[in-house]
Amino acid sequence: MRQLLTSTVAASALLLALGMASATAQETLDPKAKQGGAITITYKDDVATLDPAIGYDWQNWSMIKSLFDGLMDYEPGTTTLRPELAESYEISPDGKTFTFKLRKGVKFHNGREMTADDVKYSLDRVTNPKTQSPGAGFFASINGYDDVAGGKSESLAGVTVVDPSTVRIELSRPDATFLHVMAINFSHVVPREEVERYGADFGKHPVGTGAYKMAEWTLGQRLVFERNADYWHKGLPYIDKITFEIGQEPIVALLRLQNGEVDVPGDGIPPAKFQEVMADPEQKARVVEGGQLQTGYVTMNTQMPPFDNVKVRQAVNMAINKDRIVKLINNRAVPANQPLPPSMPGYDKAFAGYAYDVDKAKALLGEAGHPQGFETELFVMNTDPNPRIAQAIQQDLAAIGIKASIQSLAQANVIAAGGEKGGAPMIWSGGMAWIADFPDPSNFYGPILGCSGAVQGGWNWAWYCNKELDEKAAAADSIVDPAKAEERAKLWGEIYAKVMADAPWAPVFNEQRFTMKSPRMGGDDKLYVDPVHIPINYDYVYVNDVQ
Amino acid sequence: MIAYLTRRLIQAALILLGVSLITFALLYLLPADPVRQIAGRSATPQTVESIRQQLGLDQPFAVQYWRYLTNLVSGDLGRSYIQRSEVSELIVARLPASLLLMVGAIVCELVIGLSMGLIAAVKRGSATDQALMVGSFIGVSAPQFVVGLLLLYVFAVKLGWFPIGGYGTFSHMVLPSLTLGILGAGWYSRMMRSSMIDVLRQDYIRTARAKGLAQRAVLFGHALPNAILPVIAMIGIDIGMFMGGIVVVESVFGWPGIGQLAWQAIQRVDIPIIMGVTLVSACAIVLGNLLADIVAPFIDPRIKLR
Repeated sequence: MRQLLTSTVAASALLLALGMASATAQETLDPKAKQGGAITITYKDDVATLDPAIGYDWQNWSMIKSLFDGLMDYEPGTTTLRPELAESYEISPDGKTFTFKLRKGVKFHNGREMTADDVKYSLDRVTNPKTQSPGAGFFASINGYDDVAGGKSESLAGVTVVDPSTVRIELSRPDATFLHVMAINFSHVVPREEVERYGADFGKHPVGTGAYKMAEWTLGQRLVFERNADYWHKGLPYIDKITFEIGQEPIVALLRLQNGEVDVPGDGIPPAKFQEVMADPEQKARVVEGGQLQTGYVTMNTQMPPFDNVKVRQAVNMAINKDRIVKLINNRAVPANQPLPPSMPGYDKAFAGYAYDVDKAKALLGEAGHPQGFETELFVMNTDPNPRIAQAIQQDLAAIGIKASIQSLAQANVIAAGGEKGGAPMIWSGGMAWIADFPDPSNFYGPILGCSGAVQGGWNWAWYCNKELDEKAAAADSIVDPAKAEERAKLWGEIYAKVMADAPWAPVFNEQRFTMKSPRMGGDDKLYVDPVHIPINYDYVYVNDVQ
Repeated sequence: MIAYLTRRLIQAALILLGVSLITFALLYLLPADPVRQIAGRSATPQTVESIRQQLGLDQPFAVQYWRYLTNLVSGDLGRSYIQRSEVSELIVARLPASLLLMVGAIVCELVIGLSMGLIAAVKRGSATDQALMVGSFIGVSAPQFVVGLLLLYVFAVKLGWFPIGGYGTFSHMVLPSLTLGILGAGWYSRMMRSSMIDVLRQDYIRTARAKGLAQRAVLFGHALPNAILPVIAMIGIDIGMFMGGIVVVESVFGWPGIGQLAWQAIQRVDIPIIMGVTLVSACAIVLGNLLADIVAPFIDPRIKLR
């Protein structure tokens, strides 16, 4: 994955030298793909909203990507950026001005042509506090963001409509992640007239430029998407109709899949049935395994004794038997030794981390002045398998003398405890762990390991704040020039190595994704474990049994 | 009667007020912060505060509760934090499914419970009686989650008689109704059995037998109508029991009712939905009890409303 990204970045660097990166979105369509057919996808939880400025759930993330488009997107099934609604873009040498040329002839589902005004309107809207977007913070580097976020202005000073097909965005600082931000759902383009028509209910009546348009939404029961015949990307999507059935327990969804009624259970294979499915060659053949931009970790509150001592934190890192925990969850993960997951650019394959070593852990505890260990608390979310994992960690810690009592609570309560300065000495992140918003190494730092996250209500549950690393991170993110992407990735590698030396976390594993599909589903396997269009890329999959 | 009804309705209103106050207070005291659920993990403290202000969650408890009550009086249950739509709309969309499920469950529990109780009473002391009573005991104590999955597996997956979960047709309704009704069926069979045994001991039954009526005529013509009435009067009270059961049963069968809505809302601390569903359920329970009390004197003249 990393190599793939580097090569594309190198290619775009070449184009940048010429002054312009041109569109590559018209990649060859899958020659085996057939047009037509209908599929059924299930989810357990309600689809909250399909407003791209607001939706931030497992089930609506990819749906929104199919209804709307952003200026940028990724090559299907990969983490490689490419222009989408933009035809091309230009980055100024100081890395602070991005000029996007828009694709012509792109129409919203209501028939109106999309223009640069819509792009500006969408960015103004998502950053406006009245929208209450959970993604507003991603746009903080745009000039004038503070005025809009503070309610002083309704328009981002840094976003300028040059002409109907050109948008210029000026940043207050160089931001290497900005193209990713233009690919994230929150920046997807919405038509003003429809937003104003439906007001707060726009999320129930989504109108975008995407491959599908909404045909039906029966609250709590089903959503139906229909192929957008006017889609600008000719030939896409392949499937005529997608029905999302809501409120289906994963176990029921699996039974229905086995019965031929469901094509993809959106919530995956239920843990209780995982071994049974994988033991059956016929079923196993229809399971696609892929990496996930996720890391499961134990946070140690660096501002609470005895975890304020780095030796104690290192001892915990060495005490946890990660292989055993991975077995405990039926090998649905791979052991981790650093914050970044393996499919993330910047992951360091050579990094050794802290090997499992009980004696060394004990010795370190002794050096830290706790030869007999100590008592502490381990917070954990109360849904399976997290309490079981916490028990395994508890046993591992007991082996070096640390007596951790388990506080098993509802998700929101664990998150609340983590956001209090002295709220939780240790947290097992399972069920709440960080999943990257976009495939860039910086996304694993700021809110969860940087000083800005170590605040009341923040997500830096280790309360780890290293000013020097914050500066390094800022420096790395100011390297916008794609030609220096290697240098930037290396800088990030160093930052995470430094983080691990301070050991605010004990990384435990990276979850793998397992998507099961019906025999009729076609398309490349990587579309079913797409790292960005989570859980699957609806625009590119197809069915084999159409005439 | 009218005085009685007025008094009961005032009582009901007070109960609902109490329920709303207690639920609101409990949710207020939760350590989880709904604003952070809305704001998401990438939000700046500034955004979080702005959302808190817009939702009025920075106000003291009394102010928040008073505002909720005044909105409630005008029929406004607020907007869901997570789903970002009107709570009343969400509940109205899902209420028919839950009511339908309850009707199905009532039919199931009456048909199964009453016939089991009747047979057990007639065959009192026999092996059949004992088997039926053990069955009713299992029905009362079996967890609904397990019963639901078991029925689903056997009758839908293995035998293919019914669809695997979902909503829409009569056959979709059978298994969830049965799952929800089995608990009540257990209770009803026991009540029916003792009520029937009680009636069968009465003099008029002996008279009926003495005048040479067939067993069938004695049972269905004389005993059953008298034995069944006190049992039927309990249906109103069942509604409370169902309200707990639908949360589980609806989740297992993917039944789009308010139980499923409540369960999802609880997991995500979506306070307006939790409040709304709690109030609707409380209404149903209060009305169910009221109905049971009003119907009782018509069924059993020994009971008088005062």
